[in-house]
Amino acid sequence: AVVSTQSGHYGRDENGPTIFRAVEETTDVVKDVLSNIQSKNPVPDKSVQDLKKRKLISSSVTKFYSVSKGEGFRTDIEKPEADLTADMLQDGTWKSKNFKDYNFTAKGAPVVGGCLHPLLKVRTEFRRIFLDMGFTEMPTNQFVENGFWNFDALFQPQQHPARDAHDTFFISDPQMTPKEAFPPGYLEKVIEVHEKGGYGSTGYNYDWKIEEAQKNILRTHTTAVSTRMLYKLGQQEKFVPTKLFSIDRVFRNETLDATHLAEFHQIEGLIADRNLSLGHLIGVLHAFFKKLGLEKLKFKPAYNPYTEPSMEIFSYHPGLKKWVEVGNSGIFRPEMLLPMGLPRDVNVIAWGLSLERPTMIKYGINNIRELIGPKVNLNMVQANPICRLDKN
Amino acid sequence: SSGINAEWPLRPGFEDLCFDFGVELDDIVEEEGITKFKIDIPANRYDLLCVEGLSQGLNVFLGKTTLPRYTVLRARERLHVDGSVEGVRPYVVAAVLRDITLTEDSYNSFILLQDKLHQNIGRERSLVSIGTHDLDTIQGPFKYHALPPPEIKFQPLNQDTVMTAPQMFDIFRKNYLKPYLQIIESSPVYPLITDVNGTVLSLPPVINGNHSKISLSTRNIFIEVTAKDRKKAGIVLDTICGAFSEYCTTPHTIEAVEIVQADGSTFSSPKMGSRIEEYDSAELCLKSGIKTATPEQLADLLTKMCLRASVAGEKLKVEIGPTRHDILHQCDVEEDIAIAYGYNNIPQVLPDLYTIAVEQDVNKLSDSVREELARCGFTEVLTFSLCSRDDVSVNLRIPEAVGGAVQISNPKTFEFQVVRTTLLPGMLKTASCNRNMPLPLKLFEVSDIVVKDTLTETGTKNYRYVCALFAGKTSGFEVVHGLLDRVMLMLDVKDYHIQQTSDPMFFPGRGADIILGTKKIGHLGILHPEVLEKFDVTLPCSVLEFNLDPFV
Repeated sequence: AVVSTQSGHYGRDENGPTIFRAVEETTDVVKDVLSNIQSKNPVPDKSVQDLKKRKLISSSVTKFYSVSKGEGFRTDIEKPEADLTADMLQDGTWKSKNFKDYNFTAKGAPVVGGCLHPLLKVRTEFRRIFLDMGFTEMPTNQFVENGFWNFDALFQPQQHPARDAHDTFFISDPQMTPKEAFPPGYLEKVIEVHEKGGYGSTGYNYDWKIEEAQKNILRTHTTAVSTRMLYKLGQQEKFVPTKLFSIDRVFRNETLDATHLAEFHQIEGLIADRNLSLGHLIGVLHAFFKKLGLEKLKFKPAYNPYTEPSMEIFSYHPGLKKWVEVGNSGIFRPEMLLPMGLPRDVNVIAWGLSLERPTMIKYGINNIRELIGPKVNLNMVQANPICRLDKN
Repeated sequence: SSGINAEWPLRPGFEDLCFDFGVELDDIVEEEGITKFKIDIPANRYDLLCVEGLSQGLNVFLGKTTLPRYTVLRARERLHVDGSVEGVRPYVVAAVLRDITLTEDSYNSFILLQDKLHQNIGRERSLVSIGTHDLDTIQGPFKYHALPPPEIKFQPLNQDTVMTAPQMFDIFRKNYLKPYLQIIESSPVYPLITDVNGTVLSLPPVINGNHSKISLSTRNIFIEVTAKDRKKAGIVLDTICGAFSEYCTTPHTIEAVEIVQADGSTFSSPKMGSRIEEYDSAELCLKSGIKTATPEQLADLLTKMCLRASVAGEKLKVEIGPTRHDILHQCDVEEDIAIAYGYNNIPQVLPDLYTIAVEQDVNKLSDSVREELARCGFTEVLTFSLCSRDDVSVNLRIPEAVGGAVQISNPKTFEFQVVRTTLLPGMLKTASCNRNMPLPLKLFEVSDIVVKDTLTETGTKNYRYVCALFAGKTSGFEVVHGLLDRVMLMLDVKDYHIQQTSDPMFFPGRGADIILGTKKIGHLGILHPEVLEKFDVTLPCSVLEFNLDPFV
């Protein structure tokens, strides 16, 4: 029996070792195709694909172009210009130059200039609002106050928790204000109204201590300055109605967290005039907050040791969709004003808020350390837009 | 029985009611299947500090109930005060709530009110403290006296054995009672309330005796309030009796206790007194701005606020009862009228006052200088007024400078040790924290510093300083020098010059004082590398700092 090889060229006897020729002639098909290709003869596509697969041939594409002189033909090399220059204007070459397309989708060159701090830009706006409304600025460049002007003169009792070491920063050096510094006649009146009452009040009926009043502290509110100003007003021969404001730093020794620091800025406004009422306070507050773009206000009874009546001010925040507290206000107590010498029919309406809170709400800042202090990102400071308080 | 049932606060409008009344619904939490309402009470309303008082206040406000009249029955018990308490805790008042029935809720409320009063008006028990006792376990007359600690022997509440005062204080030093020990510890004698058999009711303000402790089955409660402030003791006792006498068989009756003082004089306690004030009804409306209310309407408004009022001709007679110790003056009554009327119903009106505003010169000038500095390409920073002692002295290579700084007592951290005497520490810390900013870094600040000054009222004085800093690959000394020249030009000042200084804060040969006329008002220069190291700044820095006040 005959067994053929794959090519069919040879055979082998099944039963023996002998290999014999099976065909008379052999044809090397691949060699024939390759020599046809080399001779540039046509070759069937299938063969070409086969040989390509076997990597015996490879194809390359040659492109031919026919070129002729165009309109802008020139024999020198020209680069398109990026910019119009002074030289081009001088020598008139701008007329013959080609200009590259400008990439209008890219940003312009960054301008690096100086800038103001975001919180202080808000402060400028609040200052302007007060000045627009005819309020005179109080001198607040005095961070260290004593207990007398920060608490006692405001009819805040000496055992009040706000006078504790854990709410107030006490000064160890210089520790005390000399008692001679307190206006003598006035000091007596303050002691009297605390201890025994008077001016229509029952007073607090406790033992007042001069040492508590002498203790120096970092002021806990700028109301201490307002108190000094009202005292001066009360000491004048003739009472002149007045509108005052201040925006400056205050200090609280409270627990620190994401929205509370030991020092922050308080905004305060007050009006002293005859027969002022809550109706006037509400009217002024509407006018003031309207300039901040807040027109929907609600008032809630509150408690301050030195104002009665007192009101917390709430405004509807359209973004947060809820009522948010935006400030505190009230009418100063007669126990505070009458010892100063202010006429009985003079009422002082006042309100306050912090500078930081509206700034953080407006700019969406959650951690107050991103707004004040060394950790503030200066890129944020430079990118902070013009402050427009009335546009939300 | 107190008028608020469990579902009442869940009704819609409760939060609004709180708002209108003047308390704040802070939070609603679910704890162990019970809904708890956290309500913030104004600090002067002791009567609202318990559920009984708050619900009474709200029910009267809503017109659902009237303010009760309290009856004080004649005293059956007596409390003798010995002179020995004079030096340690001089005042005591007492009362008896007879035939009382407490449930678990009212019992818990009773304890809670005492805690709140201790904390609040009691100033952590130092001014006032309360002891409540089962009257059936003790026998009057009672004695308030003070003894040397070793002579005091009893079984304190929650302890198993009888012990002396020093022994129990050793135990209390390690638990929650520790803060109260120091109120009396320095005294040679401790105050004590004992009964006729020597049984100790309490050792104020620290602990009660176990013998007389009250429980749910207590029928008669003896309340004693000891204090360093006589008035506050009265307020506390009135508050407790006012709130919990409703649980007596005859509600709102309190049995008096006769207090016999050291000098033999006596008085009856509690006062539970009312005073009648007369006010002109037209005058009462002035402060609130209510234009249209008749005296009768005003009387109704006040009655809603637990101030029983009636019309007497043109005047209003207002009864200020023992639950309204916060009423000190007519203005307190005026506020209540406004609250009852509704703050948001008051018509608004603008004050008829023409004024011309005047700015503070220093602030106006500061703002102008700040704008000029920004125009020169400098970025404004806003840093803290408080810093460490080292920041204003050692870290600037001028250790003696700390002597001029205002020191804070007991600062919580060293960041609050002093008030800054220079703007440099804040400036340098900002440079250190902003390493990723493109260079050069150009910063400025215009703000107050504070120094000691013996000539002023408080012994301190604020100065308005201008400070600028340049940090880059090179020191930029000529830049800050140029900035100084520019600012002087903007201030329209020609009479200044700079002269070299050997101030150790600056790199040798690169520091100068700024002289205005003949006075030094500031300095500028390249900071010494040791200063940079202390503030963790890795680039050379030039700074400029001067006082703006001479230019105002």
